[in-house]
Amino acid sequence: MIGDAANFTSAGRTHWGWIIAIFILLLLLPAVFDTHTPTLLGIWALFALSLGLMWGYAGILSFGHAAYFGLGAYTYAITSMNLGESTAAWIFAIVLPAFVAALIGAMMFYGRISDVYMGVITLVFSLIMAKFMGATAGDAYSIGNARLGGFNGIPAFPILNVPGDPSTPIFGTALYYVVLCCLVLCYLVSRWVLSSAFGRILLGIRENEARVELLGYNAPAYKTAIFSLSAAMAGMAGCLFASWAEIVTPALFGLGQSVEVIIWVIAGGLGTLMGPIIGAVLLGTMKLLLGGQTFIDNSLVIGAILVLVVLLLPKGLLPTVLGWRKQQGQRSVNRAHSNSMRRRGGERRQQRSAGEPDKTGHRS
Amino acid sequence: MDYAAVVFLEIIYMIAFLALTSAGLAVVFGMMRVINLAHGEFVMIGGYTTIACAKAGINIYFAMLVVSPLVVGILGLLVERLVVRQLYGRMIDTMLATWGLSLLMVGIVTFIFGNTAVSVPAPIPGYELGEFQMGGYNLFIIGIATLLIICMWLVMRFTRLGLVARGAMQSADVASSLGYDPKRVYMWTFAVGAALSGLAGGVLAPLTGLLPSSGGAYIAKAFITVITGGAAVITGTLSSSVIFGTINQIVSFGSTPVIGEIAMLAFAVVLLRLMPQGITGRFFRNAP
Repeated sequence: MIGDAANFTSAGRTHWGWIIAIFILLLLLPAVFDTHTPTLLGIWALFALSLGLMWGYAGILSFGHAAYFGLGAYTYAITSMNLGESTAAWIFAIVLPAFVAALIGAMMFYGRISDVYMGVITLVFSLIMAKFMGATAGDAYSIGNARLGGFNGIPAFPILNVPGDPSTPIFGTALYYVVLCCLVLCYLVSRWVLSSAFGRILLGIRENEARVELLGYNAPAYKTAIFSLSAAMAGMAGCLFASWAEIVTPALFGLGQSVEVIIWVIAGGLGTLMGPIIGAVLLGTMKLLLGGQTFIDNSLVIGAILVLVVLLLPKGLLPTVLGWRKQQGQRSVNRAHSNSMRRRGGERRQQRSAGEPDKTGHRS
Repeated sequence: MDYAAVVFLEIIYMIAFLALTSAGLAVVFGMMRVINLAHGEFVMIGGYTTIACAKAGINIYFAMLVVSPLVVGILGLLVERLVVRQLYGRMIDTMLATWGLSLLMVGIVTFIFGNTAVSVPAPIPGYELGEFQMGGYNLFIIGIATLLIICMWLVMRFTRLGLVARGAMQSADVASSLGYDPKRVYMWTFAVGAALSGLAGGVLAPLTGLLPSSGGAYIAKAFITVITGGAAVITGTLSSSVIFGTINQIVSFGSTPVIGEIAMLAFAVVLLRLMPQGITGRFFRNAP
């Protein structure tokens, strides 16, 4: 189930039994609960998975990943309004964010732009989108018969329908199952990507980009590709969100959305695929619960969580918990081996952080 | 003619605004290679301090020029000791932790002051330039920003403090072997940077109403100004302020302020692509 960050394999051991058990539970969930909230959590989990794949395995952190989420949502809304049917809109909402991300990614990665500067560019792109969409009030800003609507966003577009049959919309429990399928599908695609040669090269880039390049691989091309794939997943999440909320607003592009998904990923566990999903579901539930009262602001709690996780739990929840379990299990079996493994992982971590100032370049 | 003067004054004002709001971030980034994403919230808290003092009957100039920098400087000292110190050399982790701090501060300010706008009237009345009504307070901001840049340059260039700071920035090891503890230098640098953010917040407070979320409006502009400026604190900030301020205002006059801001942000992306080390990474290499 989990890719161990310290282990140089892309996937690690898979607990298929657990995955199937959870999947069956999730399939049966609508019989017990109202699906409105679980659907939203599933969408957020998909969004977190998209960032977790790129950040955890290729080491690319986007400070403005909400740009692609929002782009997917807006693309879906605009296209479905113009076509009156959702199948083409659905495809378009995945392709367009991927295309835009490929352009931006190529610009950044072929330009050899370092971590911080990449942070600025991704952040600035999401801000540009948010500001632009916020300023599109009035009839002058419309695409086909969809008015962009400024801060109020676009309401009343057709929601998802059964492909080829616009008269049968998908909502409620059916939408829950669609979201679940998308999530499982994207999870499996991510696993497949990571277990392929492509995924191994990505891991190599994360660990030491110069070495991978010296081996003859075109690192910028690989990074652009994973950035684009991640944006496609974020766009899919955005498209599902649009269909769930039945309105899209510029807040989807906002900094708040971007930082939240970063917190879900890092709290759940960087370098795993299940971690971001768990992080999104747990922290998303917390956000919804906190939204129900006015005493404590959500940003206070989530900000505190981010600070504490970075300081105390830099690997995130899931790898830490699994680390404890593994440690306990192995202590009796093979103490020396387990110790040396852990030490090696620690060394690599230190090396990476020591290398950081060089990359950004001290003034000479 | 009057119109040209108005445009010119607005451009100068925008440059001063950018220089003022990014000075704190620039000091911290230039010296320590730390990006403080809670910078916008430092500015916001500086503004709240000034407004709270003014409402309590304290002279507003005293509040914005002394109390705000002091309060936020102390806050910065706390943040450095508790959080940033643990993360030196881990740039991305520092950015994430300070981003968390920024959310935390927004939450705390919301908790104390509520999610409503607070404001004080500007202490300087407007004046007329031909047929245009101008804000007199803007001239005060331009003056403060100019004074700040000159003071920073004098301190960095001519005082022992500036020498130690520049030394620690160029080579922490050498500074440390000469008996200056880099940790202390970093700690005070961070506090001074925070105090500068507090000053900016105090000075800008009378311009607009303040909300707990106001910090977000400053951080993006300050962030791009500092990063595009590059490692040299004063020259870098000044040159990128001039470029971005001019672009923002000229495009704003030609269209709308939002388009002006978008043009500025888009230009920043292009500039970073062309000069990945910032302006001072390519030009003015040895400037302070």
